[in-house]
Amino acid sequence: MRQRMRRRGWLLGLTLAIVLVAAACGGDDDAGGGDTGGGTNLTGRITVDGSSTVAPVTEAIAEEFRKEQSGVEVTVGTSGTGGGFTKFCNGETDIQDASRAINDEEKAACEGKSIKYQEFRIGLDGLAVVSSSQNQFVTQLSFDQMADIWKEGGATTWNQVDKSFPNEKLAIFAPDTESGTYDFFTEEILGDPEEGAPKPRTDYTASSDDNTLVQGIEGEANSWGYFGFAYYQSNKEGLKEIKVAKESGGPYIAPSAETIESGEYPLSRPLFIYVKEDSLQRAEVGQFVKFYLEQTPQLIADVGYVAAPQDDYAQGLAKLQPFLTS
Amino acid sequence: MSSRPPSSSPAGDRAPAGDRSTSLARRSSRTGERVIIRGLFVCAVLSVAVTVGIVAVLLVDAFEFFREVSPLDFLTGTVWAPGAGAGEGGQYGVLPLLNGTLMIAVGSVVVGLPLGVLTAIFLSEYASDRVRGLLKPTLEVLAGIPTVVVGYFALQFITPDLLRPIFGEENVFIFNAAAGSIAVGLMIVPIIASISEDAMRAVPSSLREAAYGLGSTKRQVSLRVVVPAALSGIIASVILGVSRAVGETMAVTIAAGNTPTLTWNFFESIQTLTASIAQTVQGEAATGTVRYNALFALGLTLFVITLVMNIVSGRIVRRYRQVYS
Amino acid sequence: MSVTTGTLAPRALRRGATRSGVKILIDVAFAGLLFVGTITAVIALATLIWTILDAGWARLVGDPVGFLTNYVSRLPANAGIKAGLVGSAYLMVVTAVICFPVGVGAAVYLEEFAPRNRLTNFVESNISNLAGVPSVVYGLLGLGIFARFLRMGPSLLAGALTLAVMSLPVIIVAGREAIRAVPDSIREGAYALGATKWQLTRTQVLPAALPGTMTGTILALSRAIGETAPLLVIGLPVVIFTLPDDLRDPVSALPLLIFNWTSRPQPAFAEAAAAASIVLLALLLAMNAVAIFIRNRYTIRW
Repeated sequence: MRQRMRRRGWLLGLTLAIVLVAAACGGDDDAGGGDTGGGTNLTGRITVDGSSTVAPVTEAIAEEFRKEQSGVEVTVGTSGTGGGFTKFCNGETDIQDASRAINDEEKAACEGKSIKYQEFRIGLDGLAVVSSSQNQFVTQLSFDQMADIWKEGGATTWNQVDKSFPNEKLAIFAPDTESGTYDFFTEEILGDPEEGAPKPRTDYTASSDDNTLVQGIEGEANSWGYFGFAYYQSNKEGLKEIKVAKESGGPYIAPSAETIESGEYPLSRPLFIYVKEDSLQRAEVGQFVKFYLEQTPQLIADVGYVAAPQDDYAQGLAKLQPFLTS
Repeated sequence: MSSRPPSSSPAGDRAPAGDRSTSLARRSSRTGERVIIRGLFVCAVLSVAVTVGIVAVLLVDAFEFFREVSPLDFLTGTVWAPGAGAGEGGQYGVLPLLNGTLMIAVGSVVVGLPLGVLTAIFLSEYASDRVRGLLKPTLEVLAGIPTVVVGYFALQFITPDLLRPIFGEENVFIFNAAAGSIAVGLMIVPIIASISEDAMRAVPSSLREAAYGLGSTKRQVSLRVVVPAALSGIIASVILGVSRAVGETMAVTIAAGNTPTLTWNFFESIQTLTASIAQTVQGEAATGTVRYNALFALGLTLFVITLVMNIVSGRIVRRYRQVYS
Repeated sequence: MSVTTGTLAPRALRRGATRSGVKILIDVAFAGLLFVGTITAVIALATLIWTILDAGWARLVGDPVGFLTNYVSRLPANAGIKAGLVGSAYLMVVTAVICFPVGVGAAVYLEEFAPRNRLTNFVESNISNLAGVPSVVYGLLGLGIFARFLRMGPSLLAGALTLAVMSLPVIIVAGREAIRAVPDSIREGAYALGATKWQLTRTQVLPAALPGTMTGTILALSRAIGETAPLLVIGLPVVIFTLPDDLRDPVSALPLLIFNWTSRPQPAFAEAAAAASIVLLALLLAMNAVAIFIRNRYTIRW
């Protein structure tokens, strides 16, 4: 027994060592070898942090950029839009991923530290309102109806939302209060709290992970919920999309890449990156942002979001031009 | 007494290290050695620096929080709803989160205590050395499973394949405290089993022999001699397990969801103190806002709870300790 | 022999210890209950491992070299765990280098040199308190002190220091247990030969206590390596395409990758996360095996 365990211990230890060495050595690319090819005339490190929603886009861009400029190290953190802005306005990061525009306090913080920045719109994240595919009755809802559901003290049964719906308990699944999706939806549907809008309800099943919301909604016939469009796209079989309209009479639009991009679909939020002007003095940062604006329309669908209107990218590139050295 | 069984209880049993004046120990006058001993002292005292660091980090921002939200509202409020944006108008009653943490703590003890003690009795009184040699490493592996993995196991298996078939799909939410409790309970079984087993093995054989000599069966010896004698160790292990349960973050967030609510229905989604902290830290809240500083108030609450449990544990252990002189 | 709670003798004598049929049944039932209780934990572990294997095995063996040597990617098929795996390994090594000496030093001091006074009591209860502090709170400590105040940023050093501080109480406890197990006769013998306390500690106690301490350290580290929350709080990057060259370089970690991938919409990422979990579990098993090996081979039984 002891002999066997001794051998087993060595074997496992050896395997571990081999795995680690292989991972560390195999496909090493810092010197530009392996699959990267591409020119290595630029070097440097670019630190990106912020929204975990935008991070996959930055990841995609960084991945492709690396093939052209393997000497530039890009790291992407996911501290959240708020946490990211704190770091950004403290000078700790070069680029901020943001799923909302910078707010007044953050602007003041940046000014306080003399951090000048440029804002670039890089894409759109549609919000899909869904129910389970087992649901037979709901096909469309207006903003007012959704406000009736989402506000504090809102509807508890479906027939309170619309008299034609059955008297079944509403099972609400939505992102938790820390999510940017939650913030955006609440503001769009209920309005600005500073202008007397009702508060959002607290008695619903919350989760920070949209995938688990998908599972919850799929399993419950009388469910209602919302999350990023990408999660609906990846799980269409178990979910049922709900068309939405701003006005009760108005056209009810279903979420799709086309309707989000054209702006027809009323529930989509813009995604931004903010870049420090000081960082743009470095050639690699300028080239990276240029690459970002040029390539995002092609790559963004891979990540599940939708490209912003072409004008946004063109304007961004125009804004960027004065900072580029070459 | 030249040999003593290794004790697993805190260093109260042995002659205190500094009391060696009666032994042959030579006080060192070599400065080299004194420097080394000073160095060792620093190592020990470093732990105090850690505690100071933790308290400092928590207090600074918790203080900011308590300037906006009164401690009374915090401690007695029944709704935790920071609301959107900076969370200015939000409600910050910690009771739903305390409730969630309590539910997980209780639930995990309900799962972990019986399994842990039964396993400990089995390992200590019934199992052969070979079986022990297999079981102990298995338990150590269970203790080490990354919490993310346990959480997903709870979500993918415990809820759909265990709880829902038994209790009915309509009754069990996709996220629920029961799944979280089972997951955490499984994680603390090794703690309870290992420490209880150590305590049981420390019970001198002479006590067992006496019982057998009077004609008891193994069951009677286990239940009536060993367990009562090892009680302080078992209780200590449970309290250690509860601290682990209280401090568990990822498994609960994933399995039980993030819904702060006051309920005792284990099939509903809840939120614990730790989950709320983890969620806020990666969330969209900007640093310096009330919503963000709330997490430091929660951290402080957790630290106080841990401290209280530790003190209580020490008292209980001292009260029930068996001294086999 | 004094037993302060005597429950046994009077009762057995009263009842007369004849083994009736019912008693035997109860005994057997109890043994059965014990077996069931023990096996439940083992079955739970097996089920857990099976669930993960089922979800991720195909992805792992479909392209093992690619999975282990690629960096992350937006395309699940190209995504690999290289940065996370190597990052976790580096974290583990640096953490061990920091907390093993400090932990052993503290344990030695507390067991061998500390006078019985209030300061010592305070330090001891402080350590056992720290053992129960949640990992998130250690993350807050790491963020506030190491990453921000000491300006280390989300680096290898900040992450390792946080994990080291978190593992320290466990190592100290393990070290003390191991030192306590060395019988006094050894110490007295050394004193009789004229050794100073440090000489005897260095030459007799420490070598004897080392295997037990190392076992405890490895187990503590294997738990630290699976921790997500503290690293998340410090803000270690999830997307990184280089390996750290320096302690101040940013570093990723395997649990962070797993957690990030499980939150992506594409189902293929869920498979990748499961495959990464398998690798993490393998790492854990390997470390446990090493710990057990050391314990079995080198521990002296007095």
